[in-house]
Amino acid sequence: MLKFFHRMASPKYFYQFAGKLIPWLGVACLGFLLVGLYDGLVLAPTDYQQGDSYRIMFVHVPAAWMSMFIYIVMAGAGAIGLIWHIKLAEVIAISSAHIGASFTFLALVTGSIWGKPMWGAWWVWDARLTSELILLFLYLGVIALYNAVEDKRAAARATSILALVGVVNIPIIHYSVEWWNTLHQGPTVTKFGAPSITIDMLIPLLLMAVAFKLFYATVVLMRARCEILQRERNSGWVRELVRASQ
Amino acid sequence: MNEFFHMGGYAFYVWTSYGLALLVLLANVLSPILLKKKLLSQLARREQRAGRS
Amino acid sequence: MNTATLSQAFLILLRRDLTLAYRRRSEMINPLLFFILVTALFPLGIGADPALLREVGPGIIWVAALLAALLSLETIFRSDFDDGSLEQLLLSPHPLSILMIAKVFAHWLITGLPLLIVAPLLGVLLDLPGDAITTLLITLALGTPVLSLIGTIGVALTVGLRKGGMILSLLVLPLYIPVLIFAANAVATSGAGLPIDAHLSMLTALLLLAVSLSPVATAAALRISLS
Repeated sequence: MLKFFHRMASPKYFYQFAGKLIPWLGVACLGFLLVGLYDGLVLAPTDYQQGDSYRIMFVHVPAAWMSMFIYIVMAGAGAIGLIWHIKLAEVIAISSAHIGASFTFLALVTGSIWGKPMWGAWWVWDARLTSELILLFLYLGVIALYNAVEDKRAAARATSILALVGVVNIPIIHYSVEWWNTLHQGPTVTKFGAPSITIDMLIPLLLMAVAFKLFYATVVLMRARCEILQRERNSGWVRELVRASQ
Repeated sequence: MNEFFHMGGYAFYVWTSYGLALLVLLANVLSPILLKKKLLSQLARREQRAGRS
Repeated sequence: MNTATLSQAFLILLRRDLTLAYRRRSEMINPLLFFILVTALFPLGIGADPALLREVGPGIIWVAALLAALLSLETIFRSDFDDGSLEQLLLSPHPLSILMIAKVFAHWLITGLPLLIVAPLLGVLLDLPGDAITTLLITLALGTPVLSLIGTIGVALTVGLRKGGMILSLLVLPLYIPVLIFAANAVATSGAGLPIDAHLSMLTALLLLAVSLSPVATAAALRISLS
């Protein structure tokens, strides 16, 4: 096991290993996605309160889960990179930022689209949507900082610190926004009751959540491979790889 | 089948959401593929230049 | 050469920063004017109805304070970075995080404290009741140090960058949200004559958390930025 980790720390070995893993992860993701979609859009019964609009949940909720999950992964990988100086962890952390931001964006937009038939408005300052909006800004800050620092190693370390500061703040922000929301809750929000979840709805939700997790795993490895190519462009194995691909 | 696409009157909301989800997923898959292609061709050109000189 | 103890180093750094600031008094005025000006713009934008102003006043003053704090942040390391004394600081044998507290404290005395002095005036402009003005001062006293402490992390991360200012606001403003929520709400609540113990204990907790954690993050960020 220890030997495995030791070898994984070598960029070359990781590049090859990830290359082999990606197709398997991708196929598994596609499988879960298709079954989850069929289950969620066709098999799951219509909600008696919200009609079919609740089906947005099957993309909205997994996307929102992913947005937080990826931030935590990013901060965790950043911490590992900072403490043990593992380049690979830095690569994973920065590769996660774009994917996390896109999931946060998806959760926000689908939440807003779901809100239109439920609340009668495209945007309501609901606690969860507001937190999600702030999370998007945190992601964008990480990406902007990474792009602004020219030395990419320093950039990765700086963004790791930012991600750690963010991860400490997220619970505080979430709590304060929730508290703020209970004080300012508008009358429209009461119309919205969370759908009482039955097992028929829970199964597609979980399937979609697994599919999204696998999707993240696939895509983060793909991005990490690009990042490694870029960083190791002057090393022998990359040049060999390039020559072989011609 | 028609009823399925109708989504009980919520067709617009449901299908826009799923369409956007598809777009986001596709963009996430395509961007590393394109980036890798670009990187490899960049590096290949550099390799050629180094080989000639 | 004899080396100073940690507390001596702390005081020396504090005094040095205050002296430097005193020599550049005019720079201190700018964020303050900004604070007053932004607050004065709101009645012009939304109308001068006293009842309306009283309702939105706490939020306006706090948002303006947030922006003023943000505006003044960059000065904390700029001259030190330009003349190289920041790198000297990194070589000091004392823990950098403690020295960072000295820097932030000096910076707060220069830029945060003046906000407290003009805040009652702004409260009067927006027709806040007396209780609310008192609360405004308490929340500013508890909240602006948090803004300085969190903001310094952002400055440390962006100190060497050319376009640092724009990025700094993107990094720092989301982290300011909890302070804004509790502080502005405390002012509004006390204006309505209700107790604000919960708000103040939350703000105190935020302050303690920021004092204990953010200097460590700032120190780590500085080491990366200057490496």
